[in-house]
Amino acid sequence: MKIVVPVKRVVDYNIKPRVKADNSGVDTQGVKMSMNPFDEIAVEEAVRLREKGAASEIVVVTIGVAEAQPVLRTAMAMGADRGILVQTDADLEPLAVAKLLKVIIDRENPGLVVMGKQAIDDDMNATGQILAARLNWPQGTFASSVAVEDGRITVVREADGGLETVRLALPAVVTTDLRLNEPRYATMPNIMKAKKKPLETIAADTLGVDIAPRLEVVSVVEPPVRQAGIKVSSVAELVGKLRDEAKVI
Amino acid sequence: MTTLVLIEAEGAAIKKASLSAVAAARAFGAVDVLLIGAHGAQEAARIEGVTRVLHADSTPHLAESIAALIADRASDYDHIVSAATAYGKNVLPRVAGLLDVQPITEVVEIIDANTFVRPIYAGSALSTVRSRDAIKVLTVRNANFDAASLSDAAPAPVEAISAAVEVPDAEYVGIELTHSDRPELESARVVISGGRGLKDAANFKLLEPVADKLGAAIGASRAAVDAGFAPNEMQVGQTGKIVAPELYIAVGLSGAIQHLAGMKDSRVIVAVNMDPEAPIFSVADYGLVGDLFEVLPQLKAELGA
Amino acid sequence: MSTQIEREEMEFDVVIVGGGPAGLSAAIRLRQLMPEATVCLVEKGSEIGAHIVSGAVIEPRALAELFPDWQERGAPLKTPVTEEKVLFLTGKRGFSIPFIDKLMPAMANHGNYVVSLGEVCRWLGAQAEELGVEIYPGFAAAEPFIEDGRLCGIITGDMGVNREGEQGPNFAPGMILRARQTILTEGVRGSISQRVMKQFNLRQGVDPQTYGLGIKEVWEIPAEKHKPGFVQHSFGWPMDDGTYGGAWLYHFGENLVSYGFVTGLDYSNTWLSPFQEMQRLKTHPEFAKHLEGGRRLIYGARALSEGGFQSLPRLSFPGGVLAGDSAGFLNMPKIKGTHTAMKSGMLAAEAVAEALGHEGPCEATSYTRRFKSSWLFKELFEARNVRPAFALWGNRLGALYAGIDSLIFRGRAPWTLHFRHTDHEALKPADQCKPIAYPKPDGTLTFDLTSSVFLSGTNHEEDQPIHLKLRDPSKWLPVNWNIFRSPESRYCPAGVYEALEENSTMRLQINAQNCVHCKTCDIKDPTQNIDWCVPEGAGGPNYPVGM
Repeated sequence: MKIVVPVKRVVDYNIKPRVKADNSGVDTQGVKMSMNPFDEIAVEEAVRLREKGAASEIVVVTIGVAEAQPVLRTAMAMGADRGILVQTDADLEPLAVAKLLKVIIDRENPGLVVMGKQAIDDDMNATGQILAARLNWPQGTFASSVAVEDGRITVVREADGGLETVRLALPAVVTTDLRLNEPRYATMPNIMKAKKKPLETIAADTLGVDIAPRLEVVSVVEPPVRQAGIKVSSVAELVGKLRDEAKVI
Repeated sequence: MTTLVLIEAEGAAIKKASLSAVAAARAFGAVDVLLIGAHGAQEAARIEGVTRVLHADSTPHLAESIAALIADRASDYDHIVSAATAYGKNVLPRVAGLLDVQPITEVVEIIDANTFVRPIYAGSALSTVRSRDAIKVLTVRNANFDAASLSDAAPAPVEAISAAVEVPDAEYVGIELTHSDRPELESARVVISGGRGLKDAANFKLLEPVADKLGAAIGASRAAVDAGFAPNEMQVGQTGKIVAPELYIAVGLSGAIQHLAGMKDSRVIVAVNMDPEAPIFSVADYGLVGDLFEVLPQLKAELGA
Repeated sequence: MSTQIEREEMEFDVVIVGGGPAGLSAAIRLRQLMPEATVCLVEKGSEIGAHIVSGAVIEPRALAELFPDWQERGAPLKTPVTEEKVLFLTGKRGFSIPFIDKLMPAMANHGNYVVSLGEVCRWLGAQAEELGVEIYPGFAAAEPFIEDGRLCGIITGDMGVNREGEQGPNFAPGMILRARQTILTEGVRGSISQRVMKQFNLRQGVDPQTYGLGIKEVWEIPAEKHKPGFVQHSFGWPMDDGTYGGAWLYHFGENLVSYGFVTGLDYSNTWLSPFQEMQRLKTHPEFAKHLEGGRRLIYGARALSEGGFQSLPRLSFPGGVLAGDSAGFLNMPKIKGTHTAMKSGMLAAEAVAEALGHEGPCEATSYTRRFKSSWLFKELFEARNVRPAFALWGNRLGALYAGIDSLIFRGRAPWTLHFRHTDHEALKPADQCKPIAYPKPDGTLTFDLTSSVFLSGTNHEEDQPIHLKLRDPSKWLPVNWNIFRSPESRYCPAGVYEALEENSTMRLQINAQNCVHCKTCDIKDPTQNIDWCVPEGAGGPNYPVGM
């Protein structure tokens, strides 16, 4: 079975994002970029499935600027076999990403797609679900464990208040949550090997997909600074305020 | 035109997050609700502002089935809404995918029928977006909208519906509810967090009686995790979990920015700290300067009253 | 590090430790000279530039030698110096020193550029990769690899070791990177360099190294106030005459201002806080007027070497060489270390290339000869008496001497002043020092430590051994607390060290996660009791372009 893992290049999670002075967006100029952490978990899970014999090939796909290539190399250093960069300078929404991915997936014909549940830049948490819908495949979102057997995949999902289990016919889309695994480090020999693995670049505008944005960004602002409230002098007063004024207990 | 809100029941009761979603949706006009599963239709009919309850009692709790059901009826609606719970976040983007619509998730403010505010970069920025899609598919953060109330005045009609559409092959096996009496950090209504002021790991237990009284989850600051007082999964902050409960109680933690980033969206913040200059007081609605080792037992006693 | 771990080996002609200007210049020069040589560069930061802190006004001299066509190649030297001021500050006023370019021509910045050194390093990194250098960011050199009395490469740090020192689920053992020659360019107080200097006795007969701590902020200011290429330095307030220190403020890039303060780490008052000095200087009218109405974007700190010529160690040893600030090539009177770091890296590379030409193991001894016949030697030699004069006679007399040394002797005075003691020996007990009352941060111009460290993007994987340890924990209470009242809680610009009261006794809390890798604790601890080990690769600050 082939697994396709879509990955996204995002502002590194250690960086505090900065809103641009003209409120048009977040400044990503010269900021460290990395693979979306949830996507690292997806790559790791795919590699583990291959190690268990449930998969034979792992293809990583990213969509974005030429500078997104290092993210593919990182995924290949973790164990993916080859990479595809769908190149575009456009800022894409999850719907457009899902449509482009669908073209790649129709071509690659994998048995499973594993991807991060959300990207830590736009925090949309939508691409996996949209992709599953457009492929008309079942989906196992927010996975905390997966097991493949007899052409089906069992996904334990982080649901409200507990863990939900679904069993899906393959091919299917799985999106990863934090507890699924702890990604491995890319070692130096593997980074070196990854430099020689095949990486194909496809121009997004050759895929015949409408990627025009559906959302217009009106403004991006920093959240309002929270104002200090009052000081209370005793526990009794505190509990009174919480009960009668704030009504939270 | 009307809005369709996908709601959830817990037993016979409608979840509070769903009531908030209904309240948010009323900004657009009339509201129909869709309820999946055997129970809850009666209470759904009593939600204020709901004109009709669509009840699919035999549809499994699977995104594939629910999304197909909604997409089938989508042409009757200009907005499709749910709470931004794991349930809603699983289903609605799939609906959007079926409808060829870009969903707008985690909405915290509705400006008008087409314009919404949502946090990006873990809440470091707020993005206002205007949708060009004919049907708007939204999930809304319940912490930012009051819950719709229940009324016995004129229950809305309940209409049983069923799914006739073919869906991809998925099977619902079951759900294992977390046995811990304590809720998970991210979904808890109340969070009580400890910092280095607790001095050691054993003292972290002092938070438990108070947490029990409030049904609260327990969190920790990075400094406390760093000092080995609490495990990493309890860390609230930029590098830990981002929480936005109704009530956040910070005990013996100074309020480093990286911690504030993880809890500043809480509705009400309480800070207990010895140091009157601690930065945590600058974001707290209610601050109490005092020795936490005295405050915690008192708090437990007061709550028990 | 456990010796039981089975380590994989990789072999290169040259391994370079540290991706700053020295290491990258060495890498580039090597591949220019020997296109077939395999050159591997490891960098502990998450990417090239992530750990780079500098002013920076740079002199393009070395760059022009490395790449005569640097301008066509698009090197990010975009803001030429247009206006220059040197101020002597009193509490309320600033006196501009006239004709500074005549008095001290070495200080004049005509023809120089205000840059983000992090951006320059990223560019150099791209050039190096294009030339075939293999660059591995996120890999820390944890140990020297010594065989038969010779440095034969380095061992990279283990990854995935938990807090208790046990192998975690994603454990990846460090590797031996074997090299015929190893170039150490770790910057100031590099942990491998320190060990190698000791092992090969490289500091014998030279002055102790003396250091400064540079703390920097990058601001974005309103466009109407921005004067690209404006360069200002100050000395005087808030330092007393016996404490060496000064500030810089440069306008560069798109509405950016680089502001920073260097405190000489030979300060004696244990109550001094370099961070607080840096914060309060911003309230001086000569600085405040530039920053008001702006917003702070980045914060960072790094120690720098100030010793110069007299403190340079032997540069080569069996199997390797030292370059850049690992050796101490910074030119303090000029307040510049980039062109000297680059030049030393290039000279080191040339010597290493020559050594590689010989069969079998050999030492790149021609490095010292090449250095002595270069402009780098002349420059450092002529500047050699300035910093010690300040150390010996204080700021006013030191400055006077510097003027005379430069104007009359043109740096060629027939004597050489010396550094008498190390920085950590300079600290005085708390009861002999006057406490300093620092003003509270105002939240617009001045800030507290935690919100500052937050802007460095610093992070370390939580579950790893603490990388800052006390060699002898029992020393802290009687020495650091009882005598000096925990100087580390003031000199650390990242809030790593906190003296906490617990059960009516004091203890030291080490918040290793905050560490910005400045190395000040390694330098200034009064009994050299703090052991700065390299944490897991990719940890530490994440300074963006602009820093």
